[in-house]
Amino acid sequence: MADPAAASGYHDPPPRVGFFTDTSVCIGCKACEVACKEWNAVPDDGLVFTGMSYDNTIGLGADTWRHVAFIEQRRPVAAGADQDGKAGEAEDGLRWLMASDVCKHCTHAACLDVCPTGALFRTEFGTVVVQEDVCNGCGYCIPACPYGVIDQRKDDGRAWKCTLCYDRLGAGMTPACAQACPTESIQFGPLDELRERAAARLDQLHGEGTAAARLYGEDPGDGVGGDGAFFLLLDEPEVYGLPPDPVVTTRDLPSMWRHAGVAAAGLMAAAATAFAVELLGRRR
Amino acid sequence: MSAADVTRQGLRGTRPGREARPGREARRRGRRGEQAMVPPAEFTSYYGRPVINSPVWRSPDIPGYLFLGGLAGGSSLLGAGAQATGRPALARTAKAGALGAISLSLAALAHDLGRPARFLNMLRMFKVTSPMSVGSWLLAGYAPAVGVAAASALTGRVPRLGAVASAAAALAGPAVAAYTGVLFSDTAVPAWHEGFREMPFVFVGSAATAAGGLGLLAAPAGQNAPARNLALLGVAAEAAAFELMTRRMGMVAEPYTTGRSGAYLQAGRVLSAAGAAGAVIGRRNRAVAALSGAALLGASAATRWAVFHAGLASAADPKYTVVPQRQRRDGGGAAPARAN
Repeated sequence: MADPAAASGYHDPPPRVGFFTDTSVCIGCKACEVACKEWNAVPDDGLVFTGMSYDNTIGLGADTWRHVAFIEQRRPVAAGADQDGKAGEAEDGLRWLMASDVCKHCTHAACLDVCPTGALFRTEFGTVVVQEDVCNGCGYCIPACPYGVIDQRKDDGRAWKCTLCYDRLGAGMTPACAQACPTESIQFGPLDELRERAAARLDQLHGEGTAAARLYGEDPGDGVGGDGAFFLLLDEPEVYGLPPDPVVTTRDLPSMWRHAGVAAAGLMAAAATAFAVELLGRRR
Repeated sequence: MSAADVTRQGLRGTRPGREARPGREARRRGRRGEQAMVPPAEFTSYYGRPVINSPVWRSPDIPGYLFLGGLAGGSSLLGAGAQATGRPALARTAKAGALGAISLSLAALAHDLGRPARFLNMLRMFKVTSPMSVGSWLLAGYAPAVGVAAASALTGRVPRLGAVASAAAALAGPAVAAYTGVLFSDTAVPAWHEGFREMPFVFVGSAATAAGGLGLLAAPAGQNAPARNLALLGVAAEAAAFELMTRRMGMVAEPYTTGRSGAYLQAGRVLSAAGAAGAVIGRRNRAVAALSGAALLGASAATRWAVFHAGLASAADPKYTVVPQRQRRDGGGAAPARAN
């Protein structure tokens, strides 16, 4: 896939940027959540006790643009000193997975495709942003997103999501979440560079025996044409609440229109038949 | 090694150092190596939370819009046909019904917006990738035609303009009835998207049922025969398309048969069977025709509410997102056919 900014009509756009979120070094500090809320003035959306480990943020939505997932797994883990390959006597240890989720800024973005007003648009950086002065709150983008990112702000009516700090990008700054991340779990940069970095990190982890490490959303051949924000995960995507094989819904749209066209013609034919049988009946 | 617990005696176990690696699993108990011939009964999710965000569309606005849009589209066909074949009472009924239905449906659409005052932003651009944009432009052309056709039929004035408007409404009407199938299918909602091939046929069937039902309810017995025929064709098409759709969907069809959606579906089946039987039996009886017409209208509405609630239920349960995607990704034989 060509650069989505160029495909959207930008002449000579800057390099496409994004996030590489390496969850293997996430410590669950939620600095990204806080930095995002502060910089973007995202309103409070209540605090409930969920019992979901240390996650009361629950998931991405209109007022949560970074979400840190906490997963506690009781399973045999061989770590640290066992790296020499002599592992085997594993403790029944606690494995704690933490991951900071964010809008994926898809190459083929369903939210952008289905937006009827043009409120959602592709920026020159290849990211996807909502213009709040245009959005009329039709809500179509919300069920269109295969990741459950964008949502409606209840008292406001409009749809909101991560902008990848469009304002900061314009000023040559790093997005707030990446800047605040103390372990560099969230890495920001040109997408090509991030993909190289991610591939090297994956090799390193595989070399050290972390067979379950895998990249998620980095493949331009996947159902959304690759994500502008991709991840290194240590378990299956659905464990983190991510869809295992997302596909942009509009990929099937040409076929949908064809089927609807045939159906509309069928309705016309049915109506013609409804009158024709009476004509024939009368003649007989 | 990997666990450190704070106890009354202090820290037990050791914390990994700063250079900690995430560690490797000592034994894999996963299903990796096994050949899954049937969909896994278990699936993992993040605390059972849904993967996708649920549609914020509300009932009765949106299922009501589907119903009324279908009723209007089908009625425009019935109205134009009635005019062409010399059934003025049926024509008046159908055209007035179309106008009432499309007016109400536009109100429902505007009411459901988060920012109703920005309704006209729908016409800010035209995007073929957005079924809602296509639908907005369709309605912008269709609704005025319906208005002129109805006004002319009811007042008897400007008959020529009325005939042109009737013809235009009859051309656009089927598109209005069918596009809503695309509107719903073009989402990540499993019970809507997986039915994208059949959904427009379910919806035009439901539209024919509703329009025929209105004709039976309101037109005199001497002129309602085409309405009855259209309703019967609609009931048959809707049932067949629905059956095909849910069969092809596999496990994603579950929400259609359970819970709220299942109740609406059941009600719709009873109503459409009763309405179809009444329409056939009560050919000459005005009261029976009217009753069966009302039942058919109810059946059409029940289908729309069933589809609406099935979508919400499939969005709320991560199972319907995760399991089919796992099957597709892992190349299981049961993967749903991809679009061409």
